[in-house]
Amino acid sequence: MSAAATAPTATSSTSAASRGILLMLLLPGLVALVITFLLPLIWLLRASFASSTMSAFGGGDLTTQSYSTVLFDPFYWRVTWNTLVLGFNVAIFAVVLSYPIALFLARTESRFRGVLTALAVAPLLTSSVVRTYGWMVILGDRGVINSTLQSLSVTSGVIKLTNNSFGATVALIEILMPYAILAMLSGFGRLNAQLEEAAAMLGANRFKVFTRIILPLSLPGVLTAALLVFVLAISSFVTPRLMGGGRVFVLGTEVFNEATVTLNWPLAAALSVMLLVLFSSIILLYQRALRALEA
Amino acid sequence: MQENALLARITWNTLITLLYFFLLAPIIIVFIISFDTRQYLAFPPESFSLGSYVKVFHNAKFISAFWRSLIIGGIVGVVAVSAGMLLSLSLVRYKFRGRAVVNFLILAPFLVPHIVLAVGIMLVIAPLGLLDSYPGIVLAHLGITIPYTVRTITMSLMAVDTRVEEAALVHGASPRMVFWRITLPLVRPGLIAGGVIAFLISFDEATISLFIVSVKASTLPTEIYHYLEYSTDPQIAALSVILILISVGVVVAVEKLIGLRRAL
Repeated sequence: MSAAATAPTATSSTSAASRGILLMLLLPGLVALVITFLLPLIWLLRASFASSTMSAFGGGDLTTQSYSTVLFDPFYWRVTWNTLVLGFNVAIFAVVLSYPIALFLARTESRFRGVLTALAVAPLLTSSVVRTYGWMVILGDRGVINSTLQSLSVTSGVIKLTNNSFGATVALIEILMPYAILAMLSGFGRLNAQLEEAAAMLGANRFKVFTRIILPLSLPGVLTAALLVFVLAISSFVTPRLMGGGRVFVLGTEVFNEATVTLNWPLAAALSVMLLVLFSSIILLYQRALRALEA
Repeated sequence: MQENALLARITWNTLITLLYFFLLAPIIIVFIISFDTRQYLAFPPESFSLGSYVKVFHNAKFISAFWRSLIIGGIVGVVAVSAGMLLSLSLVRYKFRGRAVVNFLILAPFLVPHIVLAVGIMLVIAPLGLLDSYPGIVLAHLGITIPYTVRTITMSLMAVDTRVEEAALVHGASPRMVFWRITLPLVRPGLIAGGVIAFLISFDEATISLFIVSVKASTLPTEIYHYLEYSTDPQIAALSVILILISVGVVVAVEKLIGLRRAL
């Protein structure tokens, strides 16, 4: 880095030298972002119209064959449906289970508040592969739940909790909960204990305080959390693949399969575009909902 | 009435405890099972020993993948912080046309699912011969880490009083000296936090890595993933505990430096 590039100019100036500095500041980061973000999306779109993996990098005829596979093959209807069902189930349960924790963290006056917050979001910083393994241990055929039930003689056989969508759903709920908690915590700023006290003093019971004051005020945070969990769930593949044991088919697992096993890159690209469209429409819907809520 | 309040309080606290237990269950269970040494997955452990940890340290595949992950994470951290520092300087200290575009480019990777980015990056670097290579995986991780470093560094940079820099300039310090002696030390918490987060994301990332690397540049999460496809023995639990301890160490460090919630 040159000395000039480091000049801490406090205000905007339009001299040529200053423009040169600006360019040098911007260039490395922008080049990295273009190569790792912008180009990949353009290449993805191009590859989704390629006729074969060999011509996925340009050249060759353009065809909509991959899209007609994605849109008209009943197998991919099933896959898309599975993906949406997984997303909804995970979003609903993750939000319901995270809500009390977020509410608790937002208003506790415990001196362990910092530790408890860290504990709630710390799982975010362990690899999802590791936490998926944890759920394989808990839900597996010889795992915690099955062996406990058997030793208590509740069941004699094995209850199938993994290698199906149940296992994938449970694991994803837990894995995505920290995101929900974080999203709610930053959305709970409008909650106000004095308001609740006032309502209680005026004769509202606990239930009424919750439904009339706490819930409406925390709804934007809840919506954000639900959206975040939903979009992360529909684009996940490590957890559905490992917990599903190859028997759970969602968009994520199929993209991975086409990209690395079948090596049908145009189809992998078309499925990714499909996922991206789904992703963006959900975000747009969310923005509409949020605006309606605030109006 | 008072009894009712007490009951409600107890119910509420029990609920919170149970939810915390659910949230931390996989980590707790992995910790317990890591002291088992049987060849297959079963609960509860028959006996407690450090056998699985010994096995991990003798597993050449895991050890070399661990070092690779460490090196890749380190490079990603340094590059993402450097690029992030420059981008933050330009965004905080300059007003220029196209600023909105730059801001959007920095935020946009948050809005695209990792698996979609993964396929795209694979398509970009495959013809360059960078699949399963160090430059390939470092590049792949830069796009998802630079947004975080820009965020932490921008926050630190905005808190810097520019009058301090001006004062140093007036008193004869060269711009280079001001940058190294004043600006950089003042934003150090943001730099360290950004670097640590970038390292951790790279170190733990599995989705994008699985598309980019296979054998030569495989990282620890991808090795664990491939191992789990065929076997679930306690060796993975021991390895997981080691990884979790590294993460916890990093979390504690970040919390001490700038506070976890601000960093994320």
